[in-house]
Amino acid sequence: MYKLLSSLLIGISLGAIYSLMSISLVLVWRSTRVVNFAQAGQAIVSTYIAFEVVNRTGSFWLAFFVAIIAGAILGAIVDRYFMRPLFKRVNSGPIVAIAPVVATLGLLGILRAIVGFVWGVELKPIAPPVSLDGFSLGSEVLPFAPYNALVIVIVAIVLIILSLLFQKTNLGLSLRASAYSPEIARLSGIRVNEIRTLGWAIAGAAGAIAGILATPTSYLSPNSLDVLLVFGFAAAVIGGLESMVGAVVGALVLGLGVTFVSNYVSTSLIFPTAFVFLIIILLVRPSGIIAGKGSRRA
Amino acid sequence: MRKRLFLFIALGWILLLVGDRVDELRVYQGASIAVYVIAIGSIILLTGYSGQISLGHGALMAFGGYVAALCASHASMPLWLAFIMAALVTGIFGAVLGFAAARLSGPYLAGTTLAFAVGLPSLANQFSILGGEQGIYLDPGLPPARLGESFSQYKWFFWIACLAALITMFWLANILQSKYGRTWRALRSNEVAAQLCGVPTGRQKVLAFSLSSGLAGLAGALLVLTISTVSPSAFPLSLSFALVTGAVVSGIYDLKGVMLGAVILVVIPEIADSVASRFGDSLKITSTLPGLLVSALLILAVLFTPNGPGEKLHHLRHKRKAHSG
Amino acid sequence: MSLVVSNLNVDHGAIRAISKVSFTVENGKIAAVIGANGAGKTTLLRTLSGLKSASTGSALWNQHDLLSVRPEFNVRHGIVHVGEGKSVVAELSVEENLHLGAIWRKNQKEMKATQLDVLELFPRLGERLKQRADTLSGGERQMLAIGRALMSKPQLLLLDEPSLGLAPLVVEQIFQTIKSLRDQMSLTVVLVEQNALGALEIADTGVALNLGKVVVEGTAQSMLNDPAVRAAYLGY
Repeated sequence: MYKLLSSLLIGISLGAIYSLMSISLVLVWRSTRVVNFAQAGQAIVSTYIAFEVVNRTGSFWLAFFVAIIAGAILGAIVDRYFMRPLFKRVNSGPIVAIAPVVATLGLLGILRAIVGFVWGVELKPIAPPVSLDGFSLGSEVLPFAPYNALVIVIVAIVLIILSLLFQKTNLGLSLRASAYSPEIARLSGIRVNEIRTLGWAIAGAAGAIAGILATPTSYLSPNSLDVLLVFGFAAAVIGGLESMVGAVVGALVLGLGVTFVSNYVSTSLIFPTAFVFLIIILLVRPSGIIAGKGSRRA
Repeated sequence: MRKRLFLFIALGWILLLVGDRVDELRVYQGASIAVYVIAIGSIILLTGYSGQISLGHGALMAFGGYVAALCASHASMPLWLAFIMAALVTGIFGAVLGFAAARLSGPYLAGTTLAFAVGLPSLANQFSILGGEQGIYLDPGLPPARLGESFSQYKWFFWIACLAALITMFWLANILQSKYGRTWRALRSNEVAAQLCGVPTGRQKVLAFSLSSGLAGLAGALLVLTISTVSPSAFPLSLSFALVTGAVVSGIYDLKGVMLGAVILVVIPEIADSVASRFGDSLKITSTLPGLLVSALLILAVLFTPNGPGEKLHHLRHKRKAHSG
Repeated sequence: MSLVVSNLNVDHGAIRAISKVSFTVENGKIAAVIGANGAGKTTLLRTLSGLKSASTGSALWNQHDLLSVRPEFNVRHGIVHVGEGKSVVAELSVEENLHLGAIWRKNQKEMKATQLDVLELFPRLGERLKQRADTLSGGERQMLAIGRALMSKPQLLLLDEPSLGLAPLVVEQIFQTIKSLRDQMSLTVVLVEQNALGALEIADTGVALNLGKVVVEGTAQSMLNDPAVRAAYLGY
């Protein structure tokens, strides 16, 4: 009973973190038709910056805030000074199909190397703002801690803010229009290039939040967010790469699935599980759990 | 075809001679280069020709490595048979994967193979027969006695790896020139058009995936030979990235440049080591510089020689002609 | 205020799509641009709005150079292009599509007023404000596209084949609407059409394009009477 309850709660908490990563991937996908593998790299840089802030000031919340800003700025820089010139340069020949994928992978590697060089490769901790000790339920101690609950609350707030932004503001309308029909958006007077950069900034901020939330329960290293990237991507695909809601649903499904497998079957099967989930969804329901428009062809 | 055969035989002779004259370290590196040649060749086949991207070929190499190790140590097969098994079994596994992959393209395929690359090695911890983190020991055996007392083990690796590389690359070059290669290229540039021409695109894609996996499996088995063990840590995610980089740098659309990519991949850790030793053997540098170089190389290659260095050389040659003519 | 196009040359790679095209449209007039498929009509509009870059030549709207500017900035100068194929954003609602046209103006109150005007012109849209744009009929979508353009408060309207694929009655409605845009709002319109008769009937001047070149030019009336034009484009 406790196992079930704790698996459920931990699964949701894990899924919540994945959902931030999957949302940021979906955001970028929808606006630029690129899967930004470098998102993990951007997030790790933001998280290391947060680490610095925590180290110097001892404040998790200040670091959190700084990470968001760093993530946003980094996202904007990557779009404006890396992706846009790349697309301008590489626009013909068979390389076009794989160039964005390859380029973002390269960027991921560079960001990781930079982080490893500046901060070193030893594992570093970020202390959580609330306890990591599980709640006690009667005589049992659940593996679910105040920190996990905090994660769920923070992600829920972020999701609400994002959906309000997208659905209720002019900016959100511009973002959506630019993603759905960039040409019509241009003809309507929307500065599509700048809006797209803004989309990348928001995605970068979401990824940064995912990074900083994921770290207190484990540790920080140049490679520590690779897992998040893989799970975030799997979640996005499972939910149907075209929809935000799908990204969140996919993330929760994945988080729960992974936790249950980990608790009831074996901990070393986490990755294979994600992989199997992914394959099954892609084979059975290629448009994802929440079917969106557009095909699986990039 | 005959010309190519002569070329490869000549290459083989040259390597034989070189192997005799060069020191142990270089011979060992030569073996690594040969391994990478096969692995990069597999990527050229899969991505350059049939247009399917894979970020998981490191895991396929691991798969082949484990098969070889299991065959050799648990089933006591002779080495050459273990290698063949590695290629075969990985090829079959690749067919299964390819079946799933055939429905995917671009980023979906990339992400799925990425998940595979991350997921497969962790299976090693699940099944005890796979030896967990320590892996399985592969006894490479000693070189045959008739080669003489002074014939070192590294040289033996070098011979085996080079032979495998020559044979597989010869075979690969032929198949890429054949109607299979043309079919793959057709479906890479326009799958719908190919389908409309009656090309069984699904089958061709799976075939490409399967062959590519077989090659990767063989490369993995050879890699295991050179380090005598197979373990998850021998096939990290960065290997998959390195393979893609090697392929892009050498010109992913043509087999000709494959040596270049392989040499670069072997040279990069060397460069990193020498830079690190200048700075007092800093751990930071040895662990981050290779990744940095590989990634930077990848980006530069995509930006400046997207269709391979051959393109640039072509331009230079034409420029020279224009100037002198 | 007028649109002056001179010696415009536009290339699609190695192919010259528009060749030495020159014409003028006076303020508050409708110019019909007719021609067969592939004559370069759409390319012309896309070049004027900034979606495509010209090779040489010029196009000025009140001394503002259209060619050197990205479409989103041309909109700020009052030039709005309604693309072919009922260009609405399918995933957005009717209301959101309309808003799209006015976002850049940043004035909420003005936007509301403009929207009321647009809905008066196209009452059917008012009935479907919250519906997704892809649930609209072809004619309604075309109205929505034009409505969105009007939300930007254009002075020069570039319309690409608004009648394409629509039922005759709806086509008639659309043309009458375009006519009233000129009559009541004093808009200047460049109307690209395959439906040459309908276009020339409401236009003031006309230009016929063939293979990227201007082959006939004149007042709409004279073109309607021209036997060559009749034979080639009007079918009688």
